[in-house]
Amino acid sequence: MTYQFDFAWLATYWPVFLDGVLMTVRLIVIGGIAGLLLGTFCAWARSLGPVWLRPPVIAYVELIRNTPFLIQLFFIFFGLPAAGFRLTEVEAATLAMVINLGAYSAEIIRAGIEATPKGQFEAGASLALSPVQTFRHVVLVPALQRIWPALASQVVIVMLGSAVVSQIAVEDLTYAANFAQSRTFRAFEAYFVSTAIYLALAILLRFALLQAGRMIFPHAGAAR
Amino acid sequence: MPLIAIDGLRKSYGEHEVLKGIDIGVEKGEVIAIIGKSGSGKSTLLRCINGLETINGGSIAVDGAELAADEAHLRALRLKVGMIFQQFNLFPHKTAGQNVMLAQQVVNKTGKAEAEAMARKMLDRVGLGEKFDSYPDQLSGGQQQRVAIARALAMEPMALLCDEITSALDPELVGEVLQVVRGLAAEGMTLLMVTHEMAFARDVCSRVVFMHQGRVHETGRPEEVFANPQTPELQSFLGRSAA
Amino acid sequence: MTQFTLIDILRNLIFATQWTVILSLVSFAGGGLLGLVLLFMRIGKARLLPPVVKLYVEIFQGTPLLMQLFLAFFGLGLFGIDVPPWLAAAVALILWTAAFLAEIWRGCVEAVAKGQWEASASLGMSYLEQMRHVILPQALKVAIPPTVGFSVQVVKGTALTSIIGFTELSKAGTVLTNATFQPFTVYGLVALIYFALCFPLSQAARHLERKMNAAHRH
Repeated sequence: MTYQFDFAWLATYWPVFLDGVLMTVRLIVIGGIAGLLLGTFCAWARSLGPVWLRPPVIAYVELIRNTPFLIQLFFIFFGLPAAGFRLTEVEAATLAMVINLGAYSAEIIRAGIEATPKGQFEAGASLALSPVQTFRHVVLVPALQRIWPALASQVVIVMLGSAVVSQIAVEDLTYAANFAQSRTFRAFEAYFVSTAIYLALAILLRFALLQAGRMIFPHAGAAR
Repeated sequence: MPLIAIDGLRKSYGEHEVLKGIDIGVEKGEVIAIIGKSGSGKSTLLRCINGLETINGGSIAVDGAELAADEAHLRALRLKVGMIFQQFNLFPHKTAGQNVMLAQQVVNKTGKAEAEAMARKMLDRVGLGEKFDSYPDQLSGGQQQRVAIARALAMEPMALLCDEITSALDPELVGEVLQVVRGLAAEGMTLLMVTHEMAFARDVCSRVVFMHQGRVHETGRPEEVFANPQTPELQSFLGRSAA
Repeated sequence: MTQFTLIDILRNLIFATQWTVILSLVSFAGGGLLGLVLLFMRIGKARLLPPVVKLYVEIFQGTPLLMQLFLAFFGLGLFGIDVPPWLAAAVALILWTAAFLAEIWRGCVEAVAKGQWEASASLGMSYLEQMRHVILPQALKVAIPPTVGFSVQVVKGTALTSIIGFTELSKAGTVLTNATFQPFTVYGLVALIYFALCFPLSQAARHLERKMNAAHRH
């Protein structure tokens, strides 16, 4: 192999990468928060909600979990305008991430809810809390605490999956690498740099989420 | 020379020293009960003898085979002593018969027919001849523990280590397991058992070792030890367990 | 311009689906074999290997599959060979699948109760004998449901190979969209075909898991 690696172009192109990182972070922060809210709602609906709500929630969760994120993204960005629902690139990417994380986190959170000891529901009921109040004040926090590490992993997976939003021209980190390699013809180096940044982002995001978990759930015993 | 010779044995977990210099010699055919509070180090002692724990000082030798960290020495030692665990630890994916046959075939390279004959003999010996094809989860706790004993016996060990082998059993199942152990003692098997069954220790054992805070605190023949405990710690221990 | 009927679209998509299926099978089989090698390196007794495998898993699980595809595509090109997309796709997916399967299987090996190690050790078995006769048979049983479950991720992962130019189901969807200007219909159908491939695998994984938890024997 006679190939000479060259990273000198980074001196010119680093601002593009910085913008890309900011976009990727922005997507996962908004998509992450909204996705977890959607997931929590669906988990509630599926395990404790009204019976009529369960079939549509199950259909949504299964449809998303059994199709590629790329196709979900294309359907939202290219397909929905045909049905009169037009979104910008960033809106479509964010919506796709929310819908995707919503379905995966719904299953994870549901497992947390279903591991709740029966006595917790009975104790809530015996104190005259309504089922929704029992869920909100008694069940939810320990359930989330139980599965928080799995949830953190899923958010990281969705962040890494967001690399494909560059395909609808969202200017994220992958887009930055595409842009740089098309100008410099240093494709391997460009993707190497973005891959390394993704790895750092994944490690940081995971650490931040686990740290956040420690802050949100300060009492270790609550999960048991 | 004793069959099992333990000299100055020390074992620590990090800062915490669990065994602080143990000296015990076990003669062939002896049946020894090791008693003491939880945390006194009695289970750790048995696990050291079987090489399940790495020791920090002193030495253990069984019939001249010295305990050392390398696999060949460990294997030689383990072939001389069998071990029975509190939680049975039967292999769940194998039938009772296969549990007894496995190590014979794999470790001793015994032929299948011979291993099976031995397995049937040993299962008969613990009264479970008809359970040869049953899987562990089809057996009661007492039956599982008896299979575990047969499994250890099939390797023809010179001594058996029994680590609280009735503690995980429902009370009505304890008797059948102790019955088997009683039979082994009568046949002259060398036994070293950690137990909470004081009545059994009194009836069957030739020597009682009372451990306290990582040391052998008091030892003697059961009739002496139980009737006339010398140290306040043993008096308090026996008083509590009698209550 | 030729008019595409729904049947035409579907026929083209299903034709492309065979490449999705083939790539999935190749990735899963190749990834499984490599994953097995990684597993033994990870749980074996050699000092140096486990940290290497750990790093490997960390990198492949901590970076986007899309980046791995790009790096395989352009990285293999550095050796001066003309890299066809299918080769880069297969290489990247095999490496990626192996990382995940090795990690899943490691969890299964570690889930075998400690007492099983102790009991087999006390019978004089060597490390390899313990693995072969006691630990792996039990780990294998636990490993089947999550392994089947991961196959769904592999099928979905193949969709990304369209981006480096491998013509499978997703790529066919893009091509047909450009030809028919019916993105709603085409991508809807593409999604349904993926669903038809993945849903049975998901259900099988769930069924196996439930069966294992209920029976919990042999």
